[in-house]
Amino acid sequence: MRAITVKVGLASCGIAAGADAVYRRLESYLIESSKMVQLKRTGCIGMCFEEPIVEFDGGDLGKVTLGKVEPKQIIHLLEEYLSDRMPKTNLILADQHDAKHNPLMASQMRIVLKNCGVIDPQSIEEYEETGGYQALKQALSMRPYAVIDLVKASGLRGRGGAGFPTGLKWDFAFEQPGPKKYVICNADEGDPGAFMDRSLLEGDPHKIIEGMLIGAYAMGADEGYIYCRAEYPLAIKHLRIAIQAAIEKNYLGPNIMGTDFSFTLHIKEGAGAFVCGEETALMHSIEGLRGMPTLRPPYPAESGLWGKPTNINNVETWANVPWIILNGPQAFRAIGTQQSPGTKVFALAGKVVGSGLIEVPMGISIRDIIYKVGGGIKNGKKFKAIQLGGPSGGCIPEELLDTTVDYDSINATGAIMGSGGMVVMDEDTCMVDVAKYFLHFTQNESCGKCTFCRIGTRRMLEILDRISQGKGETEDIQRLQELAQNINQGSLCGLGQSAPNPVITTLRYFRDEYEAHIVEKKCPTQVCVDLLTYTIDKDKCMGCHVCALRCPVKCISGKRKQPHVIDPAMCIKCDSCYKSCRFDAVVKA
Amino acid sequence: MLENTDKLDALIQKYQGQEGILIPLLQEAQELYGHINKELMLYLSAKTEIPAAEIFGVATFYSMFKLKAQGRHVIKICKGTACHVSDVDSIKFALIEQLKLRPGEDTTSDMRFTLVEVACLGCCSLAPVIMIDDKTYGKLAPEDIVGILANYS
Repeated sequence: MRAITVKVGLASCGIAAGADAVYRRLESYLIESSKMVQLKRTGCIGMCFEEPIVEFDGGDLGKVTLGKVEPKQIIHLLEEYLSDRMPKTNLILADQHDAKHNPLMASQMRIVLKNCGVIDPQSIEEYEETGGYQALKQALSMRPYAVIDLVKASGLRGRGGAGFPTGLKWDFAFEQPGPKKYVICNADEGDPGAFMDRSLLEGDPHKIIEGMLIGAYAMGADEGYIYCRAEYPLAIKHLRIAIQAAIEKNYLGPNIMGTDFSFTLHIKEGAGAFVCGEETALMHSIEGLRGMPTLRPPYPAESGLWGKPTNINNVETWANVPWIILNGPQAFRAIGTQQSPGTKVFALAGKVVGSGLIEVPMGISIRDIIYKVGGGIKNGKKFKAIQLGGPSGGCIPEELLDTTVDYDSINATGAIMGSGGMVVMDEDTCMVDVAKYFLHFTQNESCGKCTFCRIGTRRMLEILDRISQGKGETEDIQRLQELAQNINQGSLCGLGQSAPNPVITTLRYFRDEYEAHIVEKKCPTQVCVDLLTYTIDKDKCMGCHVCALRCPVKCISGKRKQPHVIDPAMCIKCDSCYKSCRFDAVVKA
Repeated sequence: MLENTDKLDALIQKYQGQEGILIPLLQEAQELYGHINKELMLYLSAKTEIPAAEIFGVATFYSMFKLKAQGRHVIKICKGTACHVSDVDSIKFALIEQLKLRPGEDTTSDMRFTLVEVACLGCCSLAPVIMIDDKTYGKLAPEDIVGILANYS
C-alpha cells in the first residue's frame, strides 16, 4: 500500500481563509491516532474561491481535492477517504472520478504554476524531485551565448506587461563589458487586483531562483536581487528559506555545481511605492534612494544598478526559463500564438465565480477565460466589462469578449496585457466610478517628478469627481480626452504614460454612462451616491418609524402609522433607511 | 534626545560600509521605535553621514515609513480593485464609526488602533478584505466589524 499524503494549501490566501486551523487540527489528530499519514504544506493551487483547500492522495480513490474545508470537518473527511469512501460535500477535484471543478482545471495549461499547490515550497528536495535545477545543470554545460540563442528562439516575451522579447533584452546585457553585471527579479507586484507573483514566490520559489541563475550565467552576471513587496511577508520568508537551501546545495554561491560560475542572490524588500515597479525607479530604490524613474536611455543593460549593466525581468518571466531550457524552444513555441508563444498566468478576481490564479495558453479568448476557466459571473448577474492590466490598463466590454489573449490583440482594444490582473465587473459596476478608482490610485502613486503626471492626473480626477457628483459639464469629456493625451505624452515613465488608460477605455466603450452622469445627472448603476435621491413611497410606508430611528442625521419625519417623509436637504445618503425598511417603501433613484 | 540607542547602534554597525543601506536601515529602525521621527532621522544622519534631507526624502517617499506614532494594532483596509467593486468602503465606514475617528484622524485617542488604506493585499478572492496586524479577515460585512475589533486590546 502506498503512503497516504495529506496536503494543506498554506499560501496567504489559504491562511486568510482559515487553512492554518485545518492544518493544526490534522496535526494534532495525526499525532494522537498514529495513522500512517504524511501531512504536508503546499502553496496555492489557484482556486482561491475554494480555500481552505486540502488534498488527499495515495489511497485507492487516487488524488482527491477538497474545498472550503472547516477544521471540524477535516477529520471526518480524512477518515472517509481512508476507508475508500469518496467525500462528497467538499469535493472539487479528483484524478480518477468526476468532480465539479475538473473542467475548470482541464481548460488550463500549467508550465509556470506546475508546482504551485503540489510541492512543499520550503523543501528544496521536493523541487529537485520535479526536475528542479536540472535546467541549470544543462545551461551550465552550454556556452553562455547558446543559452541566449535558445531563449531568443523560444520567443518568450516579458510577462511584466510590456511584452519585450526576453532573449533580446538578455542579448543587450550580454553585449555590455563586464566584469560586474547584475540581474534583478522584479517582484514589486503593486497592481491592485493582481497576485500572480505572490502565489509563485510563495508556492515555488526555487523556480524563480533557477531562472535567475540561468539568466545570470548567460549574461555574465555574478550578483542578483529579488525586489519584493514588503506586503508579501510569506513570499519573502519562503524566498529566504529557498536561498539558504540553494546555498547549502551549491546551486548558489561560489563555483556553482563545480563550474567557474559564481552567483550571489539578495532579497530587497520594497517599502510601499507602486512606481518602484518601473525598472529605473526599482534600481534607485535598491540603491537606497527615492524610487523615482529616470530617463532611458541609458537603458539598464548599459547603465543600471550602481551604473553597472543590469537585466531586469519579472517573476513570471524568470519562472518560464527553466521549462524552456529543459523542453526546448520548439516545445514552447508549440503553445500559444506565433507572436506570443507560451502561457500566461492571470489573477482572476471580481464578480466571477472561480476567482483565483489561472494559467492558460496564449491565444485563448477572454470569453473562454471568464466562462470556461472562471465558471461565469457570480450570482447569475450580467457581464459588463473585464479590467486588464490594473491602473495602467483598460476595460474590455462584452462586444470584444472574443478578443484573444496575446500582447498585440489586447493592446488593440486599448487595454494592456499587464502583469496579469483580470477583474471582472458585472451590471452593478459603475464605469465612471471604476475610472475614478484607478485614477485615484495612480494620482496617489505618482512620484511627482513629471508635471503632467503629478498635476494632470489631479485635474482629471477633479473632473471625474465632479461628474460623479452630478456637477459635470458636457465639455468635461473633451477636457478629459485632452488631458489624457497630454499626460501620456508628457510623462517620463510607464506609470504616467498609461495613467489615463482606464479613463480612455471607459470613455471609448461606456460613453453612455458618462453622458448619463453628466446630462441626466443619474448613475445608471446607483453606485455614485451623490446622484441618488431617497424618497419614501407613501403607499407602501406603514409608518413603523424604524427608518427614522436608524437615520443618523434624523432627517426622516412622520407620525407613527402615517407615511414618513425624507428631507432631501439633510439626507446624507447613507442607505440605512433603505436597508432597514421591511416594506420596500424606501425608493432610491 | 533619542533614548535606548544600543540596538540602533548595533543596527548601524551591521550596515556600516555597505551600499544602498538607507531603506533597510529605516525599516529596521522603525521596527525598533515604531515610527521615524525627527530625532531618529537626525541621529541616523549623524551616525551614517547620510544627509538628513536625504533621509527625510526617503522616509516621506515610501508609504511604509511612519512619521507619527502608530496605534498598538494597525488595521489595513485593502483598496484593491476586487475589494473596491465588492464595496470595501462600507467596511471602512463601519470601522471609522466603531473607532470614532474624526476626519483627518487615523489613530484612536487611546492608541489602540491605527487605520490605514493599502493598495492591495493580494487576497482578491476573499474581497472585501482587511488585515489587522498580521491577520487577514476576508468576505467581510459591516456587521462583522464589532466582533473582530473585540479581539484586540
